[in-house]
Amino acid sequence: MAHPQAVSIFHGPLMRQAALDSVKKLSPRLMVRNPVMFVVEVGSVLTTLLWLRDLLAPAAGSAAWFSGAVTLWLWFTVLFANFAEALAEGRGKAQAAALRGLRKETMARKLVDGREVATPASDLRKDDVVVVEAGQLIPGDGEVIEGIASVDESAITGESAPVIRESGGDRSAVTGGTKVLSDRLVIRIGVNPGESFLDRMIGLVEGARRQKTPNEIALHVLLCGMTIIFLIACVTLVPFGIYSGLRISVTVIVALLVCLIPTTIGGLLSAIGIAGMDRLIRHNIIPMSGRAVEAAGDVDTILLDKTGTITLGNRMASELVPAPGVTAEALAEAAQLASLADETPEGRSVVVLAKEKFGLRGRDLAHVPATFVPFTAQTRMSGADLDGRSIRKGAADAIHKHVSALGGVMPIEVEQHVTRIAQSGGTPLAVSEGARVLGVIHLKDTVKGGLKERFDKFRSMGLRTVMITGDNPLTAAAIAAEAGVDDFLAQATPEDKLRLIRNEQGKGKLVAMTGDGTNDAPALAQADVAIAMNTGTQAAKEAGNMVDLDSNPTKLLEVVEVGKQLLMTRGCLTTFSIANDVAKYFAIIPALFLAVFPEIAPLDIMRLASPESAILSAVIFNALVIVALIPLALRGVRYRPLGAAALLRRSLLVFGLGGVVAPFVGIKAIDVVLAGLGLT
Amino acid sequence: MTANGWIQILFFFGAIALCAKPLGVFLHRVMEGERHFLAGPLGWLERLVYRLGGVSGEEQSWRAYAGGMLAFSAFTLLVTYLIQRLQHVLPFNPQGLGAVEAGSAFNTAASFTTNTNWQGYVGEATMSYLSQMAGLAWHNFISAAAGIAIATALARGLTRKGDGSRWGTIGNFWVDLTRATVYVLLPLCLVIALLFVSQGMIQNLAPYQEVATLEGGKQVIAMGPVASQEAIKQLGTNGGGFFNANAAHPFENPNALTNFLSMFLIFLIPGALTCTFGRMAKDPKQGWALFGAMSLLFLVGAGVTYWAEADGNPILAGLPVSQPIGNMEGKESRFGVANSALYATVTTDASCGAVNSMHDSFTPLGGLVPLFNIQLGEVVFGGVGAGLYGILVMAILSVFIAGLMVGRTPEYLGKKIETREVKLAMLYALVFPLVILAFTAWASVAPYGLSSRNNEGPHGLSEILYAFTSATGNNGSAFAGISANTPFYNTALGLAMLMGRFWMIVPVLAIAGALSGKKAAPPGLGTLPTGGPLFVVLLIGVTVIVGALTFFPALALGPIVEHFLAQAGKVL
Repeated sequence: MAHPQAVSIFHGPLMRQAALDSVKKLSPRLMVRNPVMFVVEVGSVLTTLLWLRDLLAPAAGSAAWFSGAVTLWLWFTVLFANFAEALAEGRGKAQAAALRGLRKETMARKLVDGREVATPASDLRKDDVVVVEAGQLIPGDGEVIEGIASVDESAITGESAPVIRESGGDRSAVTGGTKVLSDRLVIRIGVNPGESFLDRMIGLVEGARRQKTPNEIALHVLLCGMTIIFLIACVTLVPFGIYSGLRISVTVIVALLVCLIPTTIGGLLSAIGIAGMDRLIRHNIIPMSGRAVEAAGDVDTILLDKTGTITLGNRMASELVPAPGVTAEALAEAAQLASLADETPEGRSVVVLAKEKFGLRGRDLAHVPATFVPFTAQTRMSGADLDGRSIRKGAADAIHKHVSALGGVMPIEVEQHVTRIAQSGGTPLAVSEGARVLGVIHLKDTVKGGLKERFDKFRSMGLRTVMITGDNPLTAAAIAAEAGVDDFLAQATPEDKLRLIRNEQGKGKLVAMTGDGTNDAPALAQADVAIAMNTGTQAAKEAGNMVDLDSNPTKLLEVVEVGKQLLMTRGCLTTFSIANDVAKYFAIIPALFLAVFPEIAPLDIMRLASPESAILSAVIFNALVIVALIPLALRGVRYRPLGAAALLRRSLLVFGLGGVVAPFVGIKAIDVVLAGLGLT
Repeated sequence: MTANGWIQILFFFGAIALCAKPLGVFLHRVMEGERHFLAGPLGWLERLVYRLGGVSGEEQSWRAYAGGMLAFSAFTLLVTYLIQRLQHVLPFNPQGLGAVEAGSAFNTAASFTTNTNWQGYVGEATMSYLSQMAGLAWHNFISAAAGIAIATALARGLTRKGDGSRWGTIGNFWVDLTRATVYVLLPLCLVIALLFVSQGMIQNLAPYQEVATLEGGKQVIAMGPVASQEAIKQLGTNGGGFFNANAAHPFENPNALTNFLSMFLIFLIPGALTCTFGRMAKDPKQGWALFGAMSLLFLVGAGVTYWAEADGNPILAGLPVSQPIGNMEGKESRFGVANSALYATVTTDASCGAVNSMHDSFTPLGGLVPLFNIQLGEVVFGGVGAGLYGILVMAILSVFIAGLMVGRTPEYLGKKIETREVKLAMLYALVFPLVILAFTAWASVAPYGLSSRNNEGPHGLSEILYAFTSATGNNGSAFAGISANTPFYNTALGLAMLMGRFWMIVPVLAIAGALSGKKAAPPGLGTLPTGGPLFVVLLIGVTVIVGALTFFPALALGPIVEHFLAQAGKVL
């Protein structure tokens, strides 16, 4: 897929396609989805008929050129609105087409009873097992069950650096259409034909997004209500006119109605929504629904995993501090033994440190007759049992509990070292043998650069950031302070995470989080905005409502911004649309009444050339303003992290006051041009 | 305009602002059943009402609440209709007045049930003392109490901690109605009526007096229980006068002090209810913001009316007539321009409708302000309770439009405003344009609509527009020019009053129910602040623009054209 950013809004072919689509969208079946513009279309049909009548049977007082010109511009109003929507859709369609190109037919090497059978990729079903080797495309979404390999996922993510995929753990998910660069993978296919990630993505960028989101529906209700109000105001103007000896033609009433009803926002509303989703896609985040994008603007609390998000990758062992009466070598040896089976970077770093500092060779696992105890989130310890020795390594309090249970004690000196290390922002890991504590391993953490500024930005947006970590509270506090997050959850188990989310939601807050592991899935499902990393497990992706193709957890900020932008753009254009009406009244009403009541000339502050010119200028302005605002609707109003009050003051000034003033200038200018061209 | 005039206007406003908090706090205690100083002396009365009515007092859903309110209103409407129709056989009728004609009786019953107090009849020539007291004055209490009840219910919906259910409870209609009557309206009116009597307002059940005038002629002077009705007429923003001349009649408004008190009573409870709302929201600023928006709209309105009236009648400008104190046509010389202009603004800001001068005789702009005040939705302090729920609906709409601009889905007091609430708020907002404009348009082209006018041309249109605006807004004041006691106007205005009350209350209660169940998000930096000056500006902007956009064409052909014609020295 071409990198999404390459497709510009005003790309020539896209514009041509959009122009074509905007005519197709005139079908009443489609128009009725947008009641405001549907009213304009009905009005246009009505004035078209009146224009034909004026042409065929000219009557006094209704000039065919006038009803013709009004009709033309009313149709333009509808077309411009359709064009905006078509243009917003166009880019998505282009992306979908690019994605479809990926779905070319490949032959998969399916394993049947240990033999390879060549099968078309499209025939693969869930639970089939296939082999993929270097240079081949992965035939479908699934999970690596054997092997480790580097995979080029640029087709999906646009990111050219290859990623590692291996069996077990959280990096086992692979996506169909990506390419294995090295080694060999055995993959269990996870989806049936037509349900793959690629299929869903194509569906999303072109189809599913047409669902109106909750706030969009509410706004539509408001706009419909206003349309009905103006319909009443305009229709009753006819009898009021009759009372006052003023004959107001239907063409004029329709023109006035179209000017007053909120066509600006009504015409651009769906384009704003589509463009909002599109902006996320350009950030390489695939929202599963528009609802999630809207919710992103409302997020109050952001949960961030420490590892990978706040700190740079992994902690490294930097120091071994023995307990009193224990030699450094004895500690190093025990620490190394306990870490041999620990494949995490932290575990490996312990082995490396022991080797470098004390010359202890890392023994091959196969030659050590040991039973290894794996790490679990519940015990928060790992270790090994060999030759009657029971060595454990883990969080200080976990080891404390462990040795206490065996009748041992945690020496006070060790406690002091643990505190010192933790306060410095490091992670202390205690090592024990049997009921005896041998000492502490110091794991060092590095906080990513530039995070403090980002979190400050979050804060000024009114968002609270909470760091989630398995570390003890002291370590967590030190890192939290360094990174500048508002709060932290230390020694977090998956259950704690879920509880935290439920707590926040109980207080009426909306929670956003990112996650990749299978054990994140329940929390992801509970969170209001849940971004699953593309590198994550299938379970995580199913539970989230967005997928981040770049697997970059700090992108939550962009997601929140896009959500806010989407809502702001709607609000600003609604305000602008309503504010415009003031000037339109001042353009049309005095001009209409002047014929019968010349005394109201002082009210005619715009001094337009004639009543016809006033109405035509207002209609033209009304249509052109839609076109003029298409770029803003597609790009979104710029979000500034200012706090709500400052933001509102700004927007009210620009779009409220601006909305009152702009049409005075615009309508007058159009009137001058029309008069200059001798049209009125 | 004189400094004296301005001082009186500002003094009046100061008195309202001072009383808002103490009474607001008291109202909060009463309505939420907390301890207050009247619970001891009057508690027996509240309990007696519950025992007699079999009221259990349990929390109601909005449907049950609205059902109770509608059934109660329908029942009392019927009772008042029957009293009027049967007054000739009922007691307390010393003048022997006959049964009230059916159309007028319906109109009057609708009028008093809806807290409108539009009077198509001439009080002293139509209504017996029983009709006045049991049919009308009684309604003044309960329609006002119902208003307080509904406003409290909406405030509860907005401020309660919801449990996330789809619909929540909003209180008990019968309890709210009883408490507002027993602890607030009755005791206040008792004191005020005595105060009024001390100032020369009459209170008797005597037959009309026949007196000999200085010229030797004979004059019949109407009597009656005036002071007791006058107290609740003002305090409950009812406005239905005992006499046809309303508060311009010397027995109904004897002197400057009663005139001041009358106006003060109109704004007293509506002003205090904003504070009650702030207390319920546990954030007084929320209440003061509403008070602030109302105050600004009021002061501007009063200023414009005073200026227009003090400036004198533009028609007379070119003639050898001097108008040193302004336009005095239709005004009591006892009250003068400033107090007449202020009274007209106050009575139309709040949906009272009592008048101490004839709005029909105001200058075009002076008359435009009262008309537009009502068209804003009776939210400038507004009717007792009706003002608060009206401005809260406007606040919900403002929050919905502007809330989006801060980048969050809109919320008010932490409660999300979603499709359901917007739908209901728009239903509410549609009633005014639909009822006022449709009926006015009809009447302005129908012969039976036109024949009641007192004037041709733009002023005649203003008269029709004012009548339907006043009825729909449940105001009850009149551009006195129109003769509304005709079958068409009695029926059409009666319907307009019922639509203007109940078509609006039902959505209000539904909003209350919808919001009550919602969980409230705690306020943060990113939430739209609704307790500050910025929100006041926004609320005023939305209220004025929505009102202006709806009614500008009609107003342009009525008072606005009339104004420009007058500037040119013409009336037609």
